[in-house]
Amino acid sequence: MNLTLLILLPLFTAIAILLMRNATQVKWVALAGATAQFILAFVLLFLFRQERAGGNTAQMLFELQYNWFPSWNISFHLGVDGISVAMILLTAFVVIAGVLVSWNVTKMTKEFYFLLILLSLGAYGFFISLDLFILFFFLEIAVIPKYLLIGIWGSGKKEYSANKLALMLMGGSALVLVGLLGIYFSGTERSFDLMKLAQLNIPIETQMICFPLLFVGFGVFTALFPFHTWVPDGHSSAPTAGSMFLAGISMKLGGYGCLRVATYIMPDGAKEYANIIIVLSVIAILYGAFATMMQKDLKYINAYSSVSHCGFVLLGIGMLTKTSMTGAVMQMVSHGLMTALFFAVIGMIYERTHTRQVSEMSGLLKRMPFIISILFIVGLCSLGLPGLSGFVAEMTVFMGSWEHPDTFRRVATILACLSIVVTAVYILRAITSTAMGPLKAGYETLTDATWNEKLAALILVAGIIAIGVAPFWLNDLVSPGAEIIMQKISPVTTGIK
Amino acid sequence: MPNATYITLIILLPLAGFLMLGIFGRKYFKNTSGMIGTTLLFVSTLLALYTAYGYFFEYGKVDGIYQKLVPLKYTWLQFSPGVSIDMGIIIDPISVMMLVVVSFISLMVHIYSLGYMKGDERFPTYYAFLGLFTFSMLGLVISSNIFQIYIFWELVGVSSFLLIGYYYDKPSAVAACKKAFIVTRFADVGFLIGILILSFYSGTLDFNTLIATLTSPESNEYKNAVAVSFLGVSALTWGLVLVFIGGAGKSAMFPLHIWLPDAMEGPTPVSALIHAATMVVAGVFLVARLFPVFAISAPDALSLVGYVGAISALIAAVIACTQTDIKRVLAYSTMSQIGYMMFALGVSKYGGEEGLGYTASMFHLFTHAMFKALLFLGAGAVIHYIHSNEMKDMGGLRKYLPVTHITFLIACLAIAGVPPFAGFFSKEEILLAAFQHNPIIYWIALITSGLTAFYMFRLYFSIFWNKEADQHDAHKSEGGFAMMMPLVLLAIGAAAAGFIPFGHFVSSDGTRLETELHLQFSIAPVALGLAGILIAMWMYKKESTKPDTVAASLSGIYNAAYHKFYIDDIYLFITKKALFNLIGRPAAWIDKNIVDGLVNATGNSTRDISETIKGFQSGKVQQYAIYFLVGIIGLALLFIYFWK
Amino acid sequence: MIEPGLIYHMLFISATLFFIGVYGFFTRRNLVTMLMSVELILNSVNLNFIAFNKYLWYDKLDGLFFTIFIIAIAAAEAAVAIAIIINLYRSHQSIDVEKAEEMKF
Repeated sequence: MNLTLLILLPLFTAIAILLMRNATQVKWVALAGATAQFILAFVLLFLFRQERAGGNTAQMLFELQYNWFPSWNISFHLGVDGISVAMILLTAFVVIAGVLVSWNVTKMTKEFYFLLILLSLGAYGFFISLDLFILFFFLEIAVIPKYLLIGIWGSGKKEYSANKLALMLMGGSALVLVGLLGIYFSGTERSFDLMKLAQLNIPIETQMICFPLLFVGFGVFTALFPFHTWVPDGHSSAPTAGSMFLAGISMKLGGYGCLRVATYIMPDGAKEYANIIIVLSVIAILYGAFATMMQKDLKYINAYSSVSHCGFVLLGIGMLTKTSMTGAVMQMVSHGLMTALFFAVIGMIYERTHTRQVSEMSGLLKRMPFIISILFIVGLCSLGLPGLSGFVAEMTVFMGSWEHPDTFRRVATILACLSIVVTAVYILRAITSTAMGPLKAGYETLTDATWNEKLAALILVAGIIAIGVAPFWLNDLVSPGAEIIMQKISPVTTGIK
Repeated sequence: MPNATYITLIILLPLAGFLMLGIFGRKYFKNTSGMIGTTLLFVSTLLALYTAYGYFFEYGKVDGIYQKLVPLKYTWLQFSPGVSIDMGIIIDPISVMMLVVVSFISLMVHIYSLGYMKGDERFPTYYAFLGLFTFSMLGLVISSNIFQIYIFWELVGVSSFLLIGYYYDKPSAVAACKKAFIVTRFADVGFLIGILILSFYSGTLDFNTLIATLTSPESNEYKNAVAVSFLGVSALTWGLVLVFIGGAGKSAMFPLHIWLPDAMEGPTPVSALIHAATMVVAGVFLVARLFPVFAISAPDALSLVGYVGAISALIAAVIACTQTDIKRVLAYSTMSQIGYMMFALGVSKYGGEEGLGYTASMFHLFTHAMFKALLFLGAGAVIHYIHSNEMKDMGGLRKYLPVTHITFLIACLAIAGVPPFAGFFSKEEILLAAFQHNPIIYWIALITSGLTAFYMFRLYFSIFWNKEADQHDAHKSEGGFAMMMPLVLLAIGAAAAGFIPFGHFVSSDGTRLETELHLQFSIAPVALGLAGILIAMWMYKKESTKPDTVAASLSGIYNAAYHKFYIDDIYLFITKKALFNLIGRPAAWIDKNIVDGLVNATGNSTRDISETIKGFQSGKVQQYAIYFLVGIIGLALLFIYFWK
Repeated sequence: MIEPGLIYHMLFISATLFFIGVYGFFTRRNLVTMLMSVELILNSVNLNFIAFNKYLWYDKLDGLFFTIFIIAIAAAEAAVAIAIIINLYRSHQSIDVEKAEEMKF
């Protein structure tokens, strides 16, 4: 399969959207484009599995390489492994759901959908790039639409949030760029090629400087403590689809970058800084959870809980075992689906009640059984109910973390485990007080989900359940990739055997 | 070897019911959902009975020992070589026994609910949730992998949550379901960490392998697990204690019991199924599942189980004597009886005659499921008739509810340990086991059995005798056939289950255990039980001021017990005050003011600086010229003096 | 041959002219006067070029070339400047520089 399709398809969709005359045409074109992406992602998964089943053990499949800027050794190098395929699937799910829930956007519909599709283009490009320069290029493509989405279609203090988000993410990208240049000029060979860099032994001194730059730079995207404060404001001001894309895709760009770029090409740096990463991620997990407990706005609740959940991603990476890395990727996919769904549901509720304050809602189950059932599913997924994706991912991270026999990592794991109680507290608080209790006066005429909302929710629920009930396919997809990343890190001594 | 297909079917049929009724119930099965759920479960129950028959009488026994068979194992999630979550089925005496108990009680509740929940707006949802619960509980008991049990453990937790909160527009029900979930969740963290520890040292998650490696003193795994210690306690013991904490949470053991009484906010048949007969004994089942490891490798952990069980039994019995809500009395009685099962395991040893406690515990679990479900269903019939849970609204109902009256009486006699009803046999075995191994626990158990008889008959007399009923209404009836049939069936079980030679089927090591009754040993508990009954009769048979007088004379302890020994208040203080104010609020504050403050400060300072220096860009040509001049002079000086 | 000491006089005149020009450029508000000041500055530079050329590299003509070059540029500059001034007058009804400060911040 030619991977450029993944870039060209959103590109053509975006152009087609610009050519459309009215909002209806725009919406249908966007939906068609998103559906095509969705199908394409599945085709990719199918072909990938077929290729692997056929005995192709190359690290990256479907590789493509065009010389792009030969004098600087920049090439347009694409390729996927299991981790990328998982992330592409996630993106496809979130994009189609995002397009569906935005059906009622009336303000500048064309531009709105154009930006959504552009964002997905950036994400796909990011996940399939094997050259750090074009990876960075796609990362930037994914940032700008977010700024506009929040600034134009947002609510509340949207200018403030949009600026904050754009500045913090740009700051992160700046660190990434510095780190990339550091690597580029350090080696014996001037190269941006990920595969080549991974084979080179970058001097430890360079790694000590460049690893934190890259890790923190990407970490800003994935809410690394203390650079997470764009998350609550950005999410709460964004329009529904914006929040979904932000939490479901953008935050994953960071996690993927931390794993694929920082950890993979600088294993020694990763080992040196592992303890700091673990400390920061445990702080993010617990502190995010406790901060969530005090939030009153549904979007803030989910945004802070994202900080907590993304902490698991970073914890999984910081623990540096194959299982924990697999868990980190699974958590990215799971959290992406789950949080996108959560924001979608919050958007649906908000459209009807015109409030997001938990205390102002009550008894919604009576009027909108479908939406609230979805809210229950997503809430339970967030608190790690077996059968839904969150559980699988978190448990894999825990199991992976526990493979270390040293006390420090043990304590970190136990602290992370404790967060599941706090998660239960805030999730139950949120869903019981909105959904249950006597129906609030004035809510008697609220209506349940429309077809597009139902379809969006069901697509995401299907993803969540597919991982939760049958996690082996995701595990099989991801863990070989994680193993390759781990190969360069000398195996940790596990206590088993 | 049994055929895995139909055992899988036992579990999957309720799940199919859940999916069908949960997704399409509101639209297509508005009225028929009850019948669908019941039929599916009926098939499940038949298959469970068939499995039990096959296992106990056909293929289960090899050389006189019941084997642990694993007819199905499917790798669900592979962590590292050897460590994987497998979805499997384990068939051994306790899992088969539990299959029968769970499916049978669940069937009874399904049938009963046809009458009890009739006309309810969310009838299909109710049956869907019941199906989900039954699926999870059946899955729990046949789990062959410790992580698999954790998975179903969480699922029963969530179905319990959904069912407690079934009357979702009642704030008290909402609070109760939240509390139940969070308290058990807290305990589950212990369970989870326990699993991590056990899996780390044994290098597997599979029950059979895990038990085998951790009980053989020669294995490296065992040596490692015992050698590593923390706070003077070996890692293995820590692991088991943590697992037990999980079990204690689900089984409402002191001090994690606070959710159980509140859980009575759910529909009464649900209380009968989940919070009396099946889910709450999951903790006991878990300890029994890991019993060889407890008994052989970590006796300290096992004695902890014993003491926690005994304390819970006593405290719950005392509290039960003072409660006025009939379902709460039953809830505390459940907790007390589970305490019995726990300490029976706690005093037991592994193998042969020494393993009497294990057999007794499982026996009590079996009989308790019958009579406690019966009590709850009976209470449900009373509540259905009176529309109140409070004892003060009841009295003299024996004339209007004859079937309920008789069956309730049988259940009370059974739980009080009066021969020849079921409870007598199982309780005698427990007391005997305690007597042989731990005198302190024996005395606690003896006192508790007297209290049990007292509070059960307090309940009985208050409902069916006491003052004369004044609210007889010709339109009200006892409930139809659907409600009466389960009562009668369970009453037969409660009366006769004791005669099953349980030791022949279930014992700690799978061998045949002969249990016999010693007449002189039985005198003390039976006499105490009868005394309790008589005191209850004296105080409550006729309406009188005697209860108040007694309560007044014991005011200190009565008040403490009435307020559940203030444990709820302590929890409330810890969670509401401490957790929210001391951690949550500061965390939110720090985030808003310090972390975010720093971000904003960076932004603001950048803006302020540019605000200050923008004055240079005045638009006046001559000012620019001056800067230019100053710059040139500066550069000139620089060149002249510093550029050497 | 010019007397060697004469260069001091020439430089003195050039410096005086320069500073008169600078002073005028800074203090006058009238754009035409400022333009005249700029011309003074340019001419002082011209004088400098000629003086140094004569005394240091009298066998070369670089200084003279530069002077002629500057004179040409100055002519062009004056033309452009006067065009700007006229446009400014049209839009502001004045050629006071203080009044033309829209290009700030």
